[in-house]
Amino acid sequence: MKLITAIIKPFKLDDVRVALSEIGVQGITVTEVKGFGRQKGHTELYRGAEYVVDFLPKVKIEIGVPSDKVETVIDAITGAANTGKIGDGKIFVTNLEQTIRIRTGETGRDAL
Amino acid sequence: MSLAPSKRYGTVLPLAVACLFPAAGYADELNAADTAWILTSTVLVLFMTIPGLALFYGGLVRSKNVLSVLMQCFAITCLVSILWLVFVYGLAFGDGGSMNRWVGGFDQLMLANIGRDSLRGTIPESVFSMFQLTFAIITPALIVGAFAERMKFSAMLWFSALWLVLVYAPITHWVWGGGWLQEMGLLDFAGGTVVHVNAGAAALVAALVLGPRKGFATVAMPPHNMTMTVIGAAMLWVGWFGFNAGSALAANGDAGMAMLVTHISAAAGSLAWMTMEWMRHGKPSVLGVVTGMVAGLGTITPASGFVGPVGALIIGTSAGVICYVCTSFIKNTLKVDDSLDVFPVHGIGGILGTLLAGVFVGMLGGAGLAEGMTIGGQVRVQFIGVIATFVYGGILSWIILKLVDAVIGLRVSSDQETEGLDIVLHDEVGYNL
Repeated sequence: MKLITAIIKPFKLDDVRVALSEIGVQGITVTEVKGFGRQKGHTELYRGAEYVVDFLPKVKIEIGVPSDKVETVIDAITGAANTGKIGDGKIFVTNLEQTIRIRTGETGRDAL
Repeated sequence: MSLAPSKRYGTVLPLAVACLFPAAGYADELNAADTAWILTSTVLVLFMTIPGLALFYGGLVRSKNVLSVLMQCFAITCLVSILWLVFVYGLAFGDGGSMNRWVGGFDQLMLANIGRDSLRGTIPESVFSMFQLTFAIITPALIVGAFAERMKFSAMLWFSALWLVLVYAPITHWVWGGGWLQEMGLLDFAGGTVVHVNAGAAALVAALVLGPRKGFATVAMPPHNMTMTVIGAAMLWVGWFGFNAGSALAANGDAGMAMLVTHISAAAGSLAWMTMEWMRHGKPSVLGVVTGMVAGLGTITPASGFVGPVGALIIGTSAGVICYVCTSFIKNTLKVDDSLDVFPVHGIGGILGTLLAGVFVGMLGGAGLAEGMTIGGQVRVQFIGVIATFVYGGILSWIILKLVDAVIGLRVSSDQETEGLDIVLHDEVGYNL
């Protein structure tokens, strides 16, 4: 099992959710986050006072998937979240040791 | 907005007004139309402070200080109202006897001489006093923007009360209460000197005496709710019709023209500020467009009863450009933390408008100069009015602030400032989302 963590542009969340539903992903966890990458921040200007905003708002998606579906999920996310412009985000894939469904006590692939 | 219309018209616009509006100038009978309009205007001007100015300022501060600003505007409204009743109305508009050139008197303690039949011009004196009270409320409330996010609430109350008594009341008397500036023929229809130069001078002094907010110019302090600010600004625009057109103290052609030129100047100020930002920074900002509007409104205020629509267009446009440049200069070059830009918008706007009133009263559809007066001579009088207000108001504001600082301290502690005034001073927070 793998944990896929994707950081995307907030306005792409709906597209990504639809794309994931289409390939049969049954649940995701979403968090509003802030950060910076190559896009860096932006400046805001209020009556001549210029502020550099270092951290931009992004959305973090976490999905636990069976190892054989990792490529499909990654393709769905990159396809839906790609604007071609700097700041589209990143996907991290990590090993997932165990999954437990709290209601039934199922574990492993059955709990995903 | 002279309290003695006959006197103002007598010195400033003798023939024109006497021909056009004889009733407004000289009658001592109650006029129901005038009364109805000033009742309405009073409501509009109070609406400018609460909620208009409170929301405008509230949105511009950080979320941890939003309640402190709303609270300051609200408390000033209440405090000034009671002081007005007790003796300040008399100081501003009463008879000062041998001192009348400088200040009114104590003949109106507890508004003792205002009954149901008392008239001021063609309206009940109760209405006149209420109308003037709303001006006395908004002027100290404007100063709040200079010391926002760092002043103790108690110190703010003491400063506002003392400033009302020692600065606002006498200057109002000079300009509208039969004092020396009125005698000299100063044209200030609705408060360029009394309200805007006055508040601007106090704001600049307060920003200097209190010092900048912790982290000013290094830490980002963006407005926490621009939507609130735009709503408040739009309320100011609407309320300003009461402020300026109400200052005719009558429902007549002066009031109508004041409303028209007020509107033109607001629109021109908005567009001018927006254009300046667009040219210099590449984008027109929402805060820019509403700030330009306030600058246009503040600047037309002294001129509103005297100039024509084309004069208003020039006044509003110059307000948008000049106040914009001054705002950047004071913040970025002089590094003065007049936090919500009270001086560059109201102070500079008030100075500009008071001077330009002397120019455009005599041209482009203006009401006309007093007999024997030239534009140059009038501008000289306007200049004296501005300097007198600025110097007296500035010095007194400095003394009052130093006094309050010595007795109870002006600022919250550095830790309290970091935590935010809402929780520290009021045990509340603006948002529980």
